[in-house]
Amino acid sequence: MSATGTIIQTYESLKKAAVGKVEALKQKPLVLVGTATCGRAAGALNVLQTFRNEISCRNLDVEVKEVGCIGHCYAEPVVIIAKPGFPALCYGSVDEGMAGRLVVDFLINDDPCYEFAMAALEPNDQFPTFADFPRGVYEKKIILADCGLIDPEDIDHYLAHDGYAALAKALTMDPAEVLEEIKNSKLRGRGGAGFPTGLKWEACRNASGNQKYVICNADEGDPGAFMDRAILESNPHQVLEGLIIAAYTVGAGQGYIYVRAEYPLAVARIRTALEQAREKRLLGESILGSNFNFDIKIFQGSGAFVCGEETSLIASIEGFAGVPNHRPPYPAQAGLHRKPTVINNVKTLSYVPHIIRNGSGWFKSIGTPDSPGTAVFALAGKVVSTGLAEVPMGTTLRTLVYDVGNGIKEDKPFKAVQIGGPSGGCLPESALDLSIDFDSLQQAGAMMGSGGLVVLDEDDCMVEIARFFLDFTQKESCGKCTFCRLGTKQMLDILTEITEGRGKPEDIDLLWELAEDIKAGSLCGLGKTAPNPVLTTIRYFRHEYEAHIQEGRCPALMCKELISYAIIPEKCSKLCNVCIGSCPVEAIYTRDDMLKAIYLDKCVKCNSCMVACPPQYKAVVKVSPPIVEKGGS
Amino acid sequence: MELQGGEAEMIYAEVEGVLQRHGLEREKLIPILQDVQSKLGYLPKEAMQQISEALRIPEVDVYSVGTFYNQFRLNPPGKHQIKVCMGTACHMMGGHIILESFERRLGIKEGETTPDREFSLERVACVGCCALAPVVVVDEKVEAKVSPIRVDGILLAFEIESKKSGEIEKLVEEEGRTQ
Ligand SMILES: Cc1cc2nc3c(=O)[nH]c(=O)nc-3n(C[C@H](O)[C@H](O)[C@H](O)COP(=O)(O)O)c2cc1C
Ligand code: SF4
Ligand code: SF4
Ligand code: FES
Ligand code: FES
Repeated sequence: MSATGTIIQTYESLKKAAVGKVEALKQKPLVLVGTATCGRAAGALNVLQTFRNEISCRNLDVEVKEVGCIGHCYAEPVVIIAKPGFPALCYGSVDEGMAGRLVVDFLINDDPCYEFAMAALEPNDQFPTFADFPRGVYEKKIILADCGLIDPEDIDHYLAHDGYAALAKALTMDPAEVLEEIKNSKLRGRGGAGFPTGLKWEACRNASGNQKYVICNADEGDPGAFMDRAILESNPHQVLEGLIIAAYTVGAGQGYIYVRAEYPLAVARIRTALEQAREKRLLGESILGSNFNFDIKIFQGSGAFVCGEETSLIASIEGFAGVPNHRPPYPAQAGLHRKPTVINNVKTLSYVPHIIRNGSGWFKSIGTPDSPGTAVFALAGKVVSTGLAEVPMGTTLRTLVYDVGNGIKEDKPFKAVQIGGPSGGCLPESALDLSIDFDSLQQAGAMMGSGGLVVLDEDDCMVEIARFFLDFTQKESCGKCTFCRLGTKQMLDILTEITEGRGKPEDIDLLWELAEDIKAGSLCGLGKTAPNPVLTTIRYFRHEYEAHIQEGRCPALMCKELISYAIIPEKCSKLCNVCIGSCPVEAIYTRDDMLKAIYLDKCVKCNSCMVACPPQYKAVVKVSPPIVEKGGS
Repeated sequence: MELQGGEAEMIYAEVEGVLQRHGLEREKLIPILQDVQSKLGYLPKEAMQQISEALRIPEVDVYSVGTFYNQFRLNPPGKHQIKVCMGTACHMMGGHIILESFERRLGIKEGETTPDREFSLERVACVGCCALAPVVVVDEKVEAKVSPIRVDGILLAFEIESKKSGEIEKLVEEEGRTQ
């Protein structure tokens, strides 16, 4: 039999067995509990245990499985129940009590408890699906499509969803043809810079030498992003398949997944995935019966943001401190151990199987001509529906925040989105109609980054957020370049002075100059982009800087040194006392007239009393500039 | 830091085991340090010396790697590790208030350990649960949407637990005496 025939036959038999197994699962009721990290934080493991206990003590014939994350983080823990005869239903904010009820009412008694359900998974005549909500209309899921629906610890679930079909197809093609397909697709790297993946692969493929490497960058250092974690925890095989195809295309024999050590569950699930892929001969010697050999190692990063940069990532794998090196030579020519090396982000690699399976034409039909495909965002901050969203490139920020994210919490006014993390910037209301793609965001002074998107409202201080990012980059600077090391420190000091009420009028210009110098004088992307949060906030929110400097006032009432807490006498109920109990430092007292008041010198500004004061009174307020106590008391 | 009796031998044996499992190439340095830390809780000076000898690389190289990465600690941690997330989302949702609450309650600053070695307090950058901000990781368990009051609750739970185990110890002791 021809090599091609062997590959296809080997794959088909794997798939057939997998489909058989998954079809068998559908014959009886199935409960899927989302136990990715954020589900666990919300109590998913207790919910899982409740389902298991209730089902076993009632002797029900029901399968319970752990899955990853469907992206609706605001509704964690999320549970999906598929019972024959009913549409598969998704339930949000499930607690142990609700789990118990679902077992009795739905699994035993056929009442699906529609009042608790969020949506059905597929169209039916009883309950709306996700596609019937605005979020579903604007989302277009490619790489998140199976996340939260398949068991990430069972390769058969991936295989049954056409998993590894692209690998089988690629192995029957010449590597040059695979490369052509990726080039045609105009796929751009999702690790931040948007570099064309096809060109990177081509450079590596054409580089001389027969020892080459491919590396998946799962360092995800942006301190406000979690897409890569969620993908690895929810569908690790999709990433592996992309990495194997990359290796086949460029001719690499060894791959690495460089993953943050802060993501223990992702590491565990990749490890399981690797073992299962080896067992099925999708990894290792003579993959799927072809003459292609390739294997993957896990390397755990150790918590340094700069290690997301390719050259320092390589230094880190080689056992050194992660300090960036000059490029060129680019890793594609001389990377790990000076051998040609392709480094791609988790999401970039996740698109690869879909492009090979569906063709580059299909991929280009989504998104914009220069940024085809989708963009994956981790929505966080003051947005109602926090979580993971995947939208076509070219979608506006407004759609993302208001339709996909359902708007701002408590209907407060929108102030800004922070996009692209420490390398990105803050964009104001006027930028909401900007189309999301690599080039438009760059023009606005921000960056696609890896996809962290934090929504800010009137309670968020723009000077403080700039200070926060500078604090981060200053700590994370590897120290190699003087401008990056000392310049960020100087900027941080100025910003700290401003947020503490000691800013000087010339500070804004000084910050601007420093920013230009750091951009020009830094070797790697960390330094080159570190000033972006400051530049964008000055550009769009200069008045907030001026309020701090000239009036000692924080308009968002966030900077601690510039606010005081106070209790409005007319609003205080006199009798409730809740604030007194909530104060950790006994700074609230009852006056002779029974009204409550705050000892300003004792108050540590912890915000507890403001949260505690019952909504019908709302008597605790923050004021800025702070109240200055008149001498004595 | 002074090691206590038997500690040096224990460190030596653990490091030896880790070295044997990984082999002695430079590329193994970071995984070796990670494993040693997960066994011992930190990287003792003695362990770094031993690793430098075994891998035949200068001690200063091991030390430079050990200090470059945020994950490594050079001092023993407390019995309970409290990591307050200081990522973007958590910071904006009041993470700094939570960190301060812990600092106030424990009487230590971030990066420190209480004198009784019960608690150590650290900051981490995003643990990937931004949607549930602000987040605190207490001994590997992720606590979501933490408030200053919850901080008291977390510490109170440990207090009750240690009191309970103290009482049980006392009971066991008393029982031993009556028998
Ligand atoms: C300071 C710094 C941090 C970075 N962090 C990451 C990261 O966490 N994940 C990532 O995929 N790329 C990161 N990058 C980008 C990588 O250097 C590299 O461009 C990317 O992994 C290439 O993959 P792509 O072509 O698929 O985007 C970072 C770059 C810099 C300068
Ligand atoms: S720009 Fe900063 S982080 Fe990058 S190499 Fe220079 S000093 Fe290091
Ligand atoms: S802000 Fe905190 S410390 Fe100040 S009065 Fe309110 S509860 Fe007490
Ligand atoms: S729903 Fe799980 S990462 Fe959010
Ligand atoms: S910012 Fe805290 S979990 Fe992401």
